[in-house]
Amino acid sequence: MTDVAADVIAVIAGKVRGEQPQIKLTDKLEDLGLESLDAVEMIFELEEKFDITIPYNANDSRAEFDTVGDVVTAVKNLVDGKA
Amino acid sequence: MHRVVVTGWGVISPVGNTAATYWEALSHGASGLGAPTLAPVDQLNQKVVAEVKGFDPAAHFSDRALAFMDRVAQFGVVAAREAIAQSGLAFDEELAQRTATIIGTAVGGQTTQDENYVKLYRQGARRLPPFAIPRLMVNAACSQISMHCGLQGPAFTVASACASGTHAAGLAFQMVRSGAVACAVTGGAEASIAFGPLKVWEAMRIMAPDACRPFSKDRKGMVLGEGAAIVVLETLDAARARGAEILGEITGFGMSADAKDITNPDAGGMTRAIVGALADARLAPQDVQYVNAHGTGTVANDETETRALKQAFGAHAANLAMSSTKSMVGHSLGASGALELIATLMAMREGVAPPTIGYLGPDATCDLDCVPNTPRPMRIDAALSNSFAFGGLNAVLAMRRFAS
Repeated sequence: MTDVAADVIAVIAGKVRGEQPQIKLTDKLEDLGLESLDAVEMIFELEEKFDITIPYNANDSRAEFDTVGDVVTAVKNLVDGKA
Repeated sequence: MHRVVVTGWGVISPVGNTAATYWEALSHGASGLGAPTLAPVDQLNQKVVAEVKGFDPAAHFSDRALAFMDRVAQFGVVAAREAIAQSGLAFDEELAQRTATIIGTAVGGQTTQDENYVKLYRQGARRLPPFAIPRLMVNAACSQISMHCGLQGPAFTVASACASGTHAAGLAFQMVRSGAVACAVTGGAEASIAFGPLKVWEAMRIMAPDACRPFSKDRKGMVLGEGAAIVVLETLDAARARGAEILGEITGFGMSADAKDITNPDAGGMTRAIVGALADARLAPQDVQYVNAHGTGTVANDETETRALKQAFGAHAANLAMSSTKSMVGHSLGASGALELIATLMAMREGVAPPTIGYLGPDATCDLDCVPNTPRPMRIDAALSNSFAFGGLNAVLAMRRFAS
């Protein structure tokens, strides 16, 4: 697993309430119990951590950011685009 | 219990700075959205807002008065003056003391706040202008209306976010109905289009980048607006006794709290407010032809509001015309409920349901008739205006067309 993936999973893990599951790239954010405000907070923390801007709109990004892997891919692309 | 009628209205809005021009625009589906001039658009994801245009403060106020007035209070006073002039009321001492001023403002003098923070934090100012507090306090619009119009009865601001204007008008309605006051000047005022406020809205990730498309497929959220809308309420008996023109009748008010989530709306809370307004107005669901929806254009509001209307109206929901005028004037927070109250009264009086513009096509979760894109001539005898605030605070007004 890349560093970006590990960092993204750490941020997501911080949003999971109660017992911490083993988070996999295929897990859906919804199944991990992340509600819409959790997702907004997650995006903010990722933007701050990686100094990127993620074009996330809660009204139309639900499908785009369905799984943990989707988030990792989006962050990776933005980080790579910066370099 | 008195019957409560509207005898004056005044509007400052993104589509017109009088009640007449406001209605002219709404009844033709005109848009008040455009690129912001009050904030740097290149630093915002929201490329459109709904600003009031062509408003010249110096045309309405002296320099001395303006020193104490943020844009929000200016809008409020100008709208109140128009409403009172239309009502034909002259406030002698006795009536002035028995007239309430109840105004909805969600956030108040944001331009003043923003400008002062720029001076303090960015420009390193060592001192700030002396009248920031009277300009930015959330009751400023209410206080300035009472001062400029000489209204000496009960006066206060209602702050319930996006429902402020509706809560304010509902309380004023109850006070006139009960006889606690003879008259009320009520509505809402807001002017929060400034860089700081737009950035915190942007951070919520619910703002549309380009257009407000309530109940439409591919809708992308809210567009921030501004303005003021004020009505004069009095008893039917008083209005008739002085031969006033009666613009419409307010017949019921319902309120509720979701008591669930700070931002996610709840159909149960919305339904309780709608049912409460219908019961208060002694309306059966099938008596209502039109609902001015809260209709913010977010995925969450519009599908939840659709569910609530179905729960409250049952099978009759399918017969309702239900539009969101926010598609034309944006979401002006504390002023929005008051703008929509006037839009609803005008729709009944003129026999036209204003459209929901920007509509791209059906969304399965929003399957009620939102009068897409084209205004619809129709007889409206009874109508509701919905307002559902962040924080789960819900307010719904019921109205009837006034037939003399």
